Amino acid sequence: MSEYVLELKGITKRFPGVTALDNVHFKLRPGEIHALMGENGAGKSTFIKVITGVHSPDEGEMVLYGQKVKFSNPKEAQTMGIAAIYQHVTNYPDLTVTENIFMGHEKVQKITGRLLWKQMHEEAREILQSLGSSLDPKTEMGSLSVAQQQIVEIAKAISTNAKIIIMDEPTAALTARESEELYKIAESLRDQGASIIFISHRFEDMYRLASQVTVLRDSKYIGSWGVNEISNDALIVAMVGREITQVFPKKESEIGEKLLEVEGLGKIGFFADISFTLHRGEILGLTGLVGAGRTEVCQSLFGIMPYDKGKIKVNGREVSIQNPKEAMKLGIGYLPEDRQLQGLVLQWGLGRNITLPTLKNFSKKGWLDERKEADLAKKLAEKVHVKANSIFDLVSSLSGGNQQKVAVAKLLTADLDIIILDEPTKGVDVGAKSAIYEIINDLASQGYGIIMISSEMPEVIGMSDRIAVMRSGRITKFLHKEEVTQEAILEASMSDFSSKDEGEESRKGIEVKQYG
Amino acid sequence: MEQRVVNQNEYVQRTLTNKQEFSLKKFFLQWEWLLILVFLLVLAINTHLSPYFLNGAGLRDATMIFLDKAFIVFPMVMIMILRDIDISVGSTVALSSVVMATLYNNLGVPMEAAIIICLLVGALCGLINGLLIIKFKELSAVIVTLGTMILYRGLAYVILEDQASGNFPEWFSFFGWGHVAGIPFILLVFVLFAIGFTLLLHKTTFGRQIFAMGNNPTASRFSGVQVDKIKIIVFVLAGLMAAITAIFLASRMGSTRPNIATNYELDVIAMVALGGISTAGGKGRMLGAIIAIFIIGYLQYGLGLINIASQTMLVIIGILLIVSVVIPKLNLKGIFSRFVKKRNTN
Repeated sequence: MSEYVLELKGITKRFPGVTALDNVHFKLRPGEIHALMGENGAGKSTFIKVITGVHSPDEGEMVLYGQKVKFSNPKEAQTMGIAAIYQHVTNYPDLTVTENIFMGHEKVQKITGRLLWKQMHEEAREILQSLGSSLDPKTEMGSLSVAQQQIVEIAKAISTNAKIIIMDEPTAALTARESEELYKIAESLRDQGASIIFISHRFEDMYRLASQVTVLRDSKYIGSWGVNEISNDALIVAMVGREITQVFPKKESEIGEKLLEVEGLGKIGFFADISFTLHRGEILGLTGLVGAGRTEVCQSLFGIMPYDKGKIKVNGREVSIQNPKEAMKLGIGYLPEDRQLQGLVLQWGLGRNITLPTLKNFSKKGWLDERKEADLAKKLAEKVHVKANSIFDLVSSLSGGNQQKVAVAKLLTADLDIIILDEPTKGVDVGAKSAIYEIINDLASQGYGIIMISSEMPEVIGMSDRIAVMRSGRITKFLHKEEVTQEAILEASMSDFSSKDEGEESRKGIEVKQYG
Repeated sequence: MEQRVVNQNEYVQRTLTNKQEFSLKKFFLQWEWLLILVFLLVLAINTHLSPYFLNGAGLRDATMIFLDKAFIVFPMVMIMILRDIDISVGSTVALSSVVMATLYNNLGVPMEAAIIICLLVGALCGLINGLLIIKFKELSAVIVTLGTMILYRGLAYVILEDQASGNFPEWFSFFGWGHVAGIPFILLVFVLFAIGFTLLLHKTTFGRQIFAMGNNPTASRFSGVQVDKIKIIVFVLAGLMAAITAIFLASRMGSTRPNIATNYELDVIAMVALGGISTAGGKGRMLGAIIAIFIIGYLQYGLGLINIASQTMLVIIGILLIVSVVIPKLNLKGIFSRFVKKRNTN
């Protein structure tokens, strides 16, 4: 038997157009809690999916208990003693705790196939008790708090006799006290000989629990250290320290008068206390981890998601925004994050897509003037450099970058002042990226005020005049162009110790969502 | 470096055409041509089977019989483009006509007022459907309108119990039986609505937004389309057209009963589906549905002339419908090229 229970050597996983994992190594000792860290999109999720058999790697090998293994489906990984507890709890809310625990490996009487409920309830109760929980196994899963659901998920892992347990951001939605209970459970599992891979964005978790930490960045393996061997700063550098390869065009725009003032905007369970101003010609970067509430704030500004607290002022006048049409009337435009689902009608030509938000401008008393419409669609498509032959080319036939340009062109038909861009370069190739940066800067210099949500550090830093960092539904820090560094952003979006009280409170805000 | 990037982008500057080129192939590959072909086939077979079919008066009478339910086809096209369905329309016809007859016969309301109230009742039925569907988005339109279908029919029975109500004033029979310059009045009204709804769906911002919603409701909402408002308008239109059907039907039959217009929703949906309106939403043309009205209408009439039992008629229309829904899903090109290959290898 080797020193490690699990060893991954040179794992590479490619998806069409992307290398999701590039020569990644990983070693897990028995009875060890091993933290896995990295930014959004660093490849952590793909990595877990390889271990749990959801994806099979293109290259490299996996050694489990000293034997080479190759999983072709998750069931195989499960029978080999690997269990994963995911970030978004994946369970059956309408079924009981017992049913959730034994889902997929129910106890049945051999010949008749009858389910042995009594036995399963009994065993479920025993496992839960061993985890220090007095939950009734017959309760419905959906009526439990997130923390309790996590415990059930862990119980499920134990019931499959898992020797390797992967926890993907289990503390993300928990309060400090609940987290502490989870830590205790993790430790007792470790003491019983299980190995745990622990993924978290919170340094606190890592220091509290893990003895070893492995960092991934840009799909690559960066290194593995003992938790005591590496300093906090060195760890941050390891996580973000890539070279900035993208070139950002120089922005030449005057920052003018106030366009938008947001004061104390809040929505229970999503975000709280959001205050900022946006000026003409300014690009305000909005960053933070995925799930920090950035999109929700912006969708409130655009009337998609109603807010329940705070004030929005446009051009100094207080407004209430009930739906996207009203938002657009006030001069606010929004480029959604998911262009295929929220941004475009894929089955339509690009011209019709461009004119959809402002059909009124091409019609008289409701009658469409299709020639006028076609002329404007052509003009705007050319303005954003869509690579296509005709405005009748179907959007579904365009590349991601060109689709995004069409989505941007949609914003240019209306008479807007404020443009909110939600991950404008997500899933866009490098060439189209710089074209989109170019367009964004053009818009700023024409006097638009721009809010740009982005998870890509170099992009936020390269483009923004000011950056607001969000964590757990709150803005934790404003950074000016001059003072911004990747490290500063990362610290504001992750660290728990810099502003302990605030973090505590905002997590309470999140809690409401789960109970209410 | 920065300079180079800028230039590179200017270099890709290209022009797009905004003129749609005319493609003969595309023109003839339209579903409507196939429908016209089927329509001619129906006419030919009918003429062959029955010498009375093509006689002018016969055709005209036939047309009057199936046109009343055809009014509902127009809004149903819009509803199905929106990926929804409304199966309560038959019951709406019954309820609104029963209300009209009861108001006139039992409560002494003038017929003119009763007709207007009939229209209002129809619109209200549609409004209730629309409101339920937008308020409870997790419920599908089938379930919501199944509920209201039973409810509206039930109300009609409560009002009139199991009896007929007629004795309308003399002039009321004009709707069902009157002629203007030799043309049935109902046909004139039908043509007007056909033109109106075709323009509404294909030439206005309202129609464009319906297509947008049918293809991608989320993107439509993000583009400022007032999705809830449009949905409600379309369902109200359906109720309103059902009430118009009620007026023509009551006039033609001279009376009304709570069980009239039973299964109308099925005929209407069959006409819309045959007309090439995609049940997945977002696609289809009013013209197709209009041709389909005549195909199904004349088929029913012709089969009746040669004394085919109505049960057999259902079988034939069912087969026609299934074939028409399946054809567009078949990979005709693939089948054709495989066929060609086989012949070549032979």
